Amino acid sequence: MSKKLLKGNEAIGEAAIKANCRYYFGYPITPQNEIPEFFAKEFPRVGGVFIQAESEIAAINMVYGAAAAGARVMTSSSSPGISLKMEGISYIAAAELPCVIANIMRGGPGLGGIQPAQSDYFQATKGGGHGDYRMIVFSPASVQELYNLTKKAFYLADYYRIPVMILGDGFLGQMMESVEMDGQNDTCEPIPKPWAITGCRGREKQYINTLYLVPEELAELNDRLQEKYRQIKNSEQAYEEYYMEDADFVLVSFGIAARICKEAVDLARDKGIRAGLIRPITLWPFPEKAFADLTRAKNILNVEMNAGQMVEDVKLAVSCKIPVHFYGCTGGLLPSSKEIVNRIEMLGGTPK
Amino acid sequence: MERSDMVISGFGGQGVLFVGFLLAYAGMLEGNYVCWIPSYGVEMRGGTAHCFVTIANKEVSSPIVDRPSVVMVFNNPSLEKFETAVTPGGHLFINSSLVDIEPKRSDLIVHRIPASDYANELGNSKVANIILLGALIQATEVVSIDNIYLALQEILPEKKKKMLPLNYEALKFGMSNLV
Repeated sequence: MSKKLLKGNEAIGEAAIKANCRYYFGYPITPQNEIPEFFAKEFPRVGGVFIQAESEIAAINMVYGAAAAGARVMTSSSSPGISLKMEGISYIAAAELPCVIANIMRGGPGLGGIQPAQSDYFQATKGGGHGDYRMIVFSPASVQELYNLTKKAFYLADYYRIPVMILGDGFLGQMMESVEMDGQNDTCEPIPKPWAITGCRGREKQYINTLYLVPEELAELNDRLQEKYRQIKNSEQAYEEYYMEDADFVLVSFGIAARICKEAVDLARDKGIRAGLIRPITLWPFPEKAFADLTRAKNILNVEMNAGQMVEDVKLAVSCKIPVHFYGCTGGLLPSSKEIVNRIEMLGGTPK
Repeated sequence: MERSDMVISGFGGQGVLFVGFLLAYAGMLEGNYVCWIPSYGVEMRGGTAHCFVTIANKEVSSPIVDRPSVVMVFNNPSLEKFETAVTPGGHLFINSSLVDIEPKRSDLIVHRIPASDYANELGNSKVANIILLGALIQATEVVSIDNIYLALQEILPEKKKKMLPLNYEALKFGMSNLV
């Protein structure tokens, strides 16, 4: 049996090693400390390089350098630490370099708390750093998915030359579930990187740069980036549907909150309410395709562990034609499935 | 079994996370879906710690445990914290060597076991948790004892393998001293 009982944070590390990532730079912060701990312990066995940097800012710039040299590389942190990395992420996006960044979210704003939250949705999906850039953002809801998506993240980062974020939360990072390590679709083989800065003996000099003082040249970079983002929007939207075939009351939720929503759907169905769930797996690109054909839906209830950051994306996805309601909690508290069912009933989700 | 939700709670250092881990591991060996969630926070040695364990024969939708059917406690604060959450008819395992308050509810199956005293009789106070685990398995059959053995063999690192016989003894002791 190749199943392992892993913490979410450890699953990220296992997946990275499986995907041939051999460089990790980070700085400790709860609730993701098992990630650097994992690499510190495991990388020596596989010839990897682990550096505990002097700060998050240093770590993300080490990632920038390693990615420019063609390495598969990652960093991780939790919310306040990810804020510190934002400048570097913008540079990496501008330089069109591949890397993976795991954000195991905790409650904010500010130093906040250390309990799980999902309040970095805006930061992850709408920019965070400066400039017109995007990154692919994955939102896993189980430890198995955390493992699978981390592997996929390395591949997509290389394929599109883009930073990819794994957006988990403290709950998912700390929780253990069984993970099937083999027999998964291995979409993580390395991709040649002829653009990498590897020493120019025998070839033309090439540069990795984010400074463009000629407006037309900067515009050209932006055009290229936007074209890449369009391509990703077309090809990479991912989501899960749960009991959506006949749903007239639709829950929308991501990550660990979506697991709670699944239970709420089960409870609502027991009461004869035709509830269903759309769970975005990519937060950027937002899975608009899941909302294209919601002819039965009379109400949408968005459930998040924040103050409603995904609501506007859902509203845009349904062109505001279906009322979008919100239930959430902040501070590190978790929504309860019973309360979600109460909301469904309050909002007119009635038994058929 | 559709889904069993359990809470193991006590002071840090009493092996509460380890007992939960063993249960989850054995559940995985049996081909079930399992979830293990530790309390994390500003815990420190001697502070309270607990973990939630879910073992289910279908995918675990919400991993959150708010109504456990099995609770195991190693200190007074843990009993006070989790007694109210247990489902009616659920099992409450108490290390009565360390817990000196009485549960208030009368609709639970209460097992008061002086596990620390028993552990001292076996020569190692640290296996109180394993003794209670033995009792839990005897009473609930949530996993088989064989798979707990197997889990112990797989989990314990080489240098701690010499602890296996003592752990086996503690498990058996707990199973035969269920009250």
